[in-house]
Amino acid sequence: MTVRTQTQDFDTGFELSQLRNARKDTGAVVSFIGQVRDLNEGGTVSQLTLEHYPGMTEKALEAIVSQAQSRWDIFDALVIHRVGILQPTDQIVLVAVSSAHRGEAFKACEFIMDYLKTEAPFWKKEVTSQGERWVDAKLTDDDARERWK
Amino acid sequence: MKIKILYFARLKETLKFSTEDLELPNDDFARTLTILKLKAYLAKRNDTWQQMLMGKLKVRGAINHELVDDNAPITDGDEVAFFPPVTGG
Repeated sequence: MTVRTQTQDFDTGFELSQLRNARKDTGAVVSFIGQVRDLNEGGTVSQLTLEHYPGMTEKALEAIVSQAQSRWDIFDALVIHRVGILQPTDQIVLVAVSSAHRGEAFKACEFIMDYLKTEAPFWKKEVTSQGERWVDAKLTDDDARERWK
Repeated sequence: MKIKILYFARLKETLKFSTEDLELPNDDFARTLTILKLKAYLAKRNDTWQQMLMGKLKVRGAINHELVDDNAPITDGDEVAFFPPVTGG
């Protein structure tokens, strides 16, 4: 398992090939990339700041990945989440999961994202044409997590 | 008892506090301290604190890096954190 929070960008191609080549019995790698949109809640977003809780964030992400590992038959999982100031089209998060077959990896990847969205301590603040605003948590994200219970 | 409190995001910005060390006398209040009791105690500071910690905003609590609910007990030396619902990813 690898969990990282960092200000710098990441190279998705490199990260996925590391995961693919780590084991010869890997048959599937499923990945998700989240990126900054220039439109949210009807406003134009020019910048996004991501705050986190150093120490707790990494621990929370590790706990989420551990849960995924105990629930599905996966080989390895990687989570990279950026913090600091980001612009539209910048990558925010990469979640990648390797397994023998695609089914387990698809489910584990989605599970990790749904839990990350609702349990990992990150907070987004947007700069829009109307000024700065904290992004509110969405109930649909809670619903997405609940379906795994 | 002595605890450390951290504030994040909207709470940090509005309260103008990112971290503080809080010392409480070792009385019954401290011995039965919970997340909710601490919120109510801090909320007495002024209207802004009242509004941020006991108002409409949903505030989540963590003790020593674990998400906990309002009834979780706080003990000497704990690192407590308060923050709004998370919005990462």
